[in-house]
This record gives sequence, C-alpha cells and structure tokens, in this order.
Amino acid sequence: MSLRRRRLTEKCFKIATALITWSSIAILGVLVFQILKEGMQWVDWQFITSLPSRKAEKAGIYTAIWGSFYLMITTMLFALPTGIGAAIFLEEYGGKSRLSRFIDVNVANLAGVPSIVYGLLGLAVFVNLFGFGRSVISGGLTLGLLVLPVIIITTRGAIRSVPKSIPQAAYALGAKKWQVIFFHTLPYALPGILTGVILSVSRAIGETAPLIIVGAAAYVAFVPESLLDEFTALPIQIFNWTSRPQEVFHSLSAGGIIILLSVMLTMNSVAIFFRHKTQRSRNG
Amino acid sequence: MFHFLKLIMRSLLKRSNLFKANSIKKDWFDSFVKGSLGLCALISIITTFSIIFILGKETLLFFEQVPIGDFLFGTKWEPLLEPQSFGVLPLISGTFLIVIGSSLVAIPAGLLTSIYLGEYAGPRTKAIVKPILEILAGIPTVVYGYFALTVITPMLKMIFPSIEVFNALSGSIVVGIMILPMISSLCDDAMSSLPRSLKEGGYAMGATSFEVVWSILVPTALPRIVAAFILAISRAIGETMAVVMAAGATPKMTMNFLESIQTMTSYIVQVSLGDTPAGGVEYQTCFAVGAVLFVMTLVMNIIGRKFYKRFNLEIE
Repeated sequence: MSLRRRRLTEKCFKIATALITWSSIAILGVLVFQILKEGMQWVDWQFITSLPSRKAEKAGIYTAIWGSFYLMITTMLFALPTGIGAAIFLEEYGGKSRLSRFIDVNVANLAGVPSIVYGLLGLAVFVNLFGFGRSVISGGLTLGLLVLPVIIITTRGAIRSVPKSIPQAAYALGAKKWQVIFFHTLPYALPGILTGVILSVSRAIGETAPLIIVGAAAYVAFVPESLLDEFTALPIQIFNWTSRPQEVFHSLSAGGIIILLSVMLTMNSVAIFFRHKTQRSRNG
Repeated sequence: MFHFLKLIMRSLLKRSNLFKANSIKKDWFDSFVKGSLGLCALISIITTFSIIFILGKETLLFFEQVPIGDFLFGTKWEPLLEPQSFGVLPLISGTFLIVIGSSLVAIPAGLLTSIYLGEYAGPRTKAIVKPILEILAGIPTVVYGYFALTVITPMLKMIFPSIEVFNALSGSIVVGIMILPMISSLCDDAMSSLPRSLKEGGYAMGATSFEVVWSILVPTALPRIVAAFILAISRAIGETMAVVMAAGATPKMTMNFLESIQTMTSYIVQVSLGDTPAGGVEYQTCFAVGAVLFVMTLVMNIIGRKFYKRFNLEIE
C-alpha cells in the first residue's frame, strides 16, 4: 500500500473513532435536554409534596419519595453490616482456603445475576415464604441482596489498599486481631468503603424491575408508617407515568426523572469528593 | 450440603488458635468476631442456593403441568389466554432480537470508543469522556425506557413510517447505549494492560496508529475483548425496564425489528403487573422463564470471566 493511502486510512480511522465517542456524549446531551425540556415545568414544591393523582396538574411524588427513602434505609440496614462483614471475613480471615475461594467465585457470579431474578427471589422468599407481603421490608431486603455483591467487592478493594505497615504496627504493639481490624484497618479503609456504599445506594435507588416483581404498587395514597405497609418508589412512579398513553403524563415522568437523577448526582458527587479528599490527604 | 458444612468446620478449626502456643489465653471475643463475620459471608452463599432452589422448585412444579418438551420447543407463548400454550421459544427469540440489535450498536461503537480513548485522546479529553461514560452507565434503566419511548421511537418513525409504537429496534438501540460503557471500559482495560513493548515495536517499524491497533493490539487482546462482549451480552439478556417500555409485549418469532416483541424479562414484568395469586400456573411460568434467564446469564458470565482471567495470566 502506498504511503498516501496508509495515511488516509489512518486519518479516516481517527475521525471515525472520535466521531463515535463524541456521539455517545451527544446522546447524553440529548437525553438531559429532553428531560429538562419536558420535566422542568413540573418540578416545584407542589410536585414534591403532592400525592399521586389521576389529574396530571395535581399529581406529585410525595409518597414515591418517602417510599424510596424507607426502601433505602431498609436496604442499607441489611446490606451494610452483612456486606462489610463478609468483605472483612474474606480479606482478613479467608486467606486462600477452599471456602473463601468458593465464596469469592460465588460473589462474582451473584454480581452478574440479572436484577429481575432477585425480584423473583424476593417474591418467593420475603413476600410469600416469610409472609412479609408486598411491603417495604420485602422490597428493601430484595434490593439489599441485589447490592450485596457490589458492597462486598468495593469494600474488599478498600481493605486491600490499606498499607500492610498499619496492621503490622498494631500487631507489634500486642493488639488482638479484632482490635487491629476495627481500630486500625477499617478506619483507614473507611473512605473507600463509603464510596462503594454510596455508589451502591445510587444503584439501588434506580432499580425498578425487582420492585415490580416484589409488588410495589403504582398508586399509594399514604406514606408507609411501618415496614409492613405497601409502598411505591420513585422509579415505579416514573415507569407508571411513562406507560400511560397520554402525553401529559410522559412529561410528568420527566419531572420525576429530574428528581431521581438529581438525588443520584448528589450522591455520586459526594462519593467523588470523598475519593479526592482521601487521595490528597494520603499523598500530602 | 453436608459436605459444605464439613468444609466450613474444617477451615474454622484449622484457623482457630486452639493448637497454638498462646492458646491458654485464647480470646473468646476474637472467635466471636470471626464467627459473626463468617456468618455475613455465608449470606452470599445462602442467596445463591436460595435462587437455585426457588427457581428449581417452581420450575419443577410447572413441569408437572406442562411437559418440558412443550416448554422448551413450543413456538407459541400464550399463558394468559385460553387455550393456554407454553412454548418459550418466542420469548427467547425476542430476547435474541434485542441482543443482536444491541450488539450491532454497542460492539463496534464500544470498541472504537476504547481505541479512541487509548490511542488518540489526550489526557484532558480522557478526563472529560471517561466520567461521562460512567454517568451513562449509572443512569437507571427506567430513564432509558423513557428516552426510548419519547425520543428514539419518534425519530425512528420519521425514517420508517411503518414502525409500530412499541418495536424491537428502539429497544435494541437503547439497550445498546446502556451496555456501551461496559464494553468500552473492559476493552480499554484489555488493551492498556498489554506490554508497552508490543506497541512500541509496531511504531518502530513505521506502522501508523491504525495499523498498530488493528494488527497488533486488537488481535493480541482479542480473547479479553471477546470476553468483554460476552459479559455485555449477558447484561443485555437480563435487561428489563428499557425493553418493557420500548419493545412491547407481543410474544412472537420474528426477525423484523420494526415490530413489537416480548423478551423473557418483559414477560415476567407483565405477569407481575397483573394480580397473579401465588401458586397458580401463571405464577410458576415466571419462575420457569426466570430459570431459563438465570442459566443463560450464568453460563455466559462464567465463560466470560474465565476468558478474561486466563488470558490475563498468559500475558503476565
């Protein structure tokens, strides 16, 4: 091939890769633009404090916001201690035993299970077997199982990044293993763990399919008062409005999306802030 | 199960300090901490076993009423209408249509994006593009469903006037957008983990970037790139909300992207949106379909991860 043709191919290829890359960014731009254009007119205090309604002008996301809030509380009350506990066990006690390798593979497999399968698990176990019904606690525990692998994997990463000298120094002073873990390793790994936790909350809060399977109701006229009350959630409300044929409800769901994405964006910024802060304090 | 308990006991015994010199002052609290942490770790195993047990149990109950051959090879899926028929192939074909469509979007685009990031983009461009791809990956699927319905489908309608309101094409495109960040980041890892000398050797011979990428980097990293594709496809199979909202709920065997179809995941959602009592045959179909879904994604994930790891070892 002549040099000129090779250079031409090179140029075309470079332009093609750049074009493709920037077009996925353009897609994000279109997505954000569409949502803001449609949804901004709805987002105000009344939208946040109104109950769902058949009339679009009166409809709001009050119950959905509280539903999501209680769901996240239940999810984290379950997933945080178990996830972090499992990660500590695997990193500090597991070693290279067959059991810990088995758990390792198992966690990786669980991370790849489609979320809807967790929904089926929640339906069979929490809703029917345990008799919790279509309630906040069923939804919360289902989401908890869903984010458990994420928490375990990120926490292990955070623990592994703790310099070996820190636990060694503590051991040298005669600390017991549990003292080393809880007073030295964990505090040092905390920012990394928090980042993972926040990211997993932001994943759980957008999950829709498992909640539909577990039986989140589309129309709930009250804020859940106990863990056994029925519930709705922000993504469920968005799904419900989008699947109605009337255009006005589509733009209403754009309003819901703005709220959902703002919550997620806030959490992600906090996570990034944590990451930066610890990187700086450790380097400096 | 018994074998498993034995395993746990043995590893606990081996690691307890019963047999060590300082065992006179054995700290009971230390063992307590260890035991409770171990319990936490066990929950992940219990989860896996319960998934397998529950899917298996309901599927077996389902097969008592519907012959397994009718389920796996039947070409008509009408469980909610009389007379009922339970052939899962239309749902599988719907899922495959979405997988093919989304792969056609995401595989070339994802690979090219990773090449752009690895070879051409400067550090400042990278600092902009990478977080944006992460944002794309983090957007909830219900938002993508909204996007498909209100933006992509109307745009497609301008190109193909005969397209249905719910159609496989719109669903495929949006699922493609969703799995693109995953493909590009895995491919990026695959190529940037190659030894620098490979690339430098190519440049020293006077090759252009295009030639280095296509005849050195991509072929060498191919097993890991393929693994990335497999993992992404497995995600596309399990993808739910975007498909429910964009591709419709018409189980049929078609290769026409302009028609409404139904995937395995969207069938499960369709049943759940109605009021199905526990124990009925409609309830069990969900678990049977879920079992097919679970086995498919599990096999692909295991193959994908094996590929990814083995090759990693070879290079090192």
